[in-house]
Amino acid sequence: MNMIVCIKQVIDPEAPPASFKIDPSGNKVVPPAGVSPVVDPYAEYAVEAALKVKDASGGKITAISLGSNQFRDIVKKPLAMGADELILLEDEAFDESDSWSTAYALAMAIKKIGEYDIIFCGREASDWNAGQVGSGIAEILGLPSVTLAGKVDAADGKVKVQRKTDEGYEVVEVSLPCLITASNEIGEPRYPTIKGIMGAKKKEPVVWKPADIGVEAAQIGASGRHTMLLKLFQPVREGKCEVIEGDSLEEAAANLAVKLREAKVL
Amino acid sequence: MADNKGVLVLCETKEGKLASISAELLGGGSKLAKDLGQELSAVLVGSGVGDLAQEAIAYGADKVYVVDDPLLKDYQTDSYVPVMEKVAKQAMPQVLIMGQTSTGRDLAPRLAFRLNTAAALGCLEVAIDPQSKKLLQTKPVYGGNAQAVFTSESFPQIATIRPKAMAPLEPDQSRKGEVINVDAALDPSAIRTKVLEKVPEEVEGIKLEDAEVVVSGGRGIGNAEGFTQLEELAKILKGAVGATRPPVDNGWVPTGAQVGLTGKIVTPELYIAVALSGSSQHMSGCSSSKTIVAINKDPEANIFREARFGVVGDWKKIVPAFTEKLKELLAK
Repeated sequence: MNMIVCIKQVIDPEAPPASFKIDPSGNKVVPPAGVSPVVDPYAEYAVEAALKVKDASGGKITAISLGSNQFRDIVKKPLAMGADELILLEDEAFDESDSWSTAYALAMAIKKIGEYDIIFCGREASDWNAGQVGSGIAEILGLPSVTLAGKVDAADGKVKVQRKTDEGYEVVEVSLPCLITASNEIGEPRYPTIKGIMGAKKKEPVVWKPADIGVEAAQIGASGRHTMLLKLFQPVREGKCEVIEGDSLEEAAANLAVKLREAKVL
Repeated sequence: MADNKGVLVLCETKEGKLASISAELLGGGSKLAKDLGQELSAVLVGSGVGDLAQEAIAYGADKVYVVDDPLLKDYQTDSYVPVMEKVAKQAMPQVLIMGQTSTGRDLAPRLAFRLNTAAALGCLEVAIDPQSKKLLQTKPVYGGNAQAVFTSESFPQIATIRPKAMAPLEPDQSRKGEVINVDAALDPSAIRTKVLEKVPEEVEGIKLEDAEVVVSGGRGIGNAEGFTQLEELAKILKGAVGATRPPVDNGWVPTGAQVGLTGKIVTPELYIAVALSGSSQHMSGCSSSKTIVAINKDPEANIFREARFGVVGDWKKIVPAFTEKLKELLAK
């Protein structure tokens, strides 16, 4: 089974909320000082889903990541977890991509890779939460797709996916090659082993520039966008928490109950 | 592109009825259509859904496109995308809205790519810009740390809307509208997936997403036994229990209880946050709750910036006394 996993380097979503700042230009986020970026958590679920398929029936996993200034120690994490190859689409021309320009560049890179049975993406990325790149790649490549996967089983050229729905889940059989987006129900991504980390250290990623995947400047990065970001802002919190007190915590608790009743919350 | 007019709403059905999200979208869609000075249309896709057209009209649709075909019984990307492509090309709407549901989340992006247009998923609010008449799409980004307003130049402008972000109109059964049947014309061999089984989530009591009251616990609850106390509180309030990620990772509560960026989005009337700090990852799943109450021993915890009421102190002392007092008050 040949698998490709799309990953992404992002600002650590677990960084303290107070460290989150928007650039005065009003259209981008200032990376918090002293907080290292991470591999997008949803992309890690995608890597984990691919590794589970590899555990069960073998195969090769190629991770692919798009962006500029990608820290090698960070983006090599899929290799440390057990992926076989890493391709970086790295160029400033990819900056300020939206779902369209990202999906297009990734689809062209995947075409260049050529051989694949399953492409995995995260269901969304933790920065822009767009949730469209996976479906976009599938559409550009003309592949069937199953989104919001909680479990993926591959056997005999067929893939069965547990797809999360609003009511629970459904089991969907999909023909190969296909694209699958992974949700958190895949389960906690594995920690890299020492052996994995050592192996990843020695492995150099393949770097592709826009010309290597045959894309024009107009189709990628900011030029290839289909969406316009008009405004990025931090919602103003009222910050008017009424702290309920009492002679003891028990009394404060009782006062809270009374207060909720009075305020007609209950 | 000047030919694109009006607002189209994808109506989902549930157990043979219009799903609640559909009524909400028709309510919100009416407002958009009014602001554009154009029509509101609905599209019903499925098997045996034709009878619901009048209901969509009662909730505000002027026109209903019905695509009724046995092949459309289950949502599948390969059957719904071509059908919606066909309807979009026939109806030529300026705006197309769907719910942020498992259907909308799959359909909207793929359809946007097929129609060479753009979508915004999980919007909290959409509005027509008074000057440009374009759809402005506001959605949380960076896990709720920020919100972004997007628009696009291409039509239809597609958006998925979070449940409960829009309010339905009072249904008016006397409203009249036009029903247009559209032939699905699907080629079964082009559907490359098969739904083998549907497994409903097992929930004891009230479903988290439907609950009017949610009592959530964080890392500070400490163990699975701690959560039984939150369950007791939730029970007397006829609510459900939620959690942040650490209790789920530690196995104190099932995965389905997780509220947040990687879990569920809830919008109850009352959200009681117990021993949780209020990380943005968690808040993105509950910040639209009407009233947030915080119980936390750390007065500096972020949750106090989000909450309307709070008590600072050890939850183990506060929750039992709070529960007792509520029992007493609610019995009156």
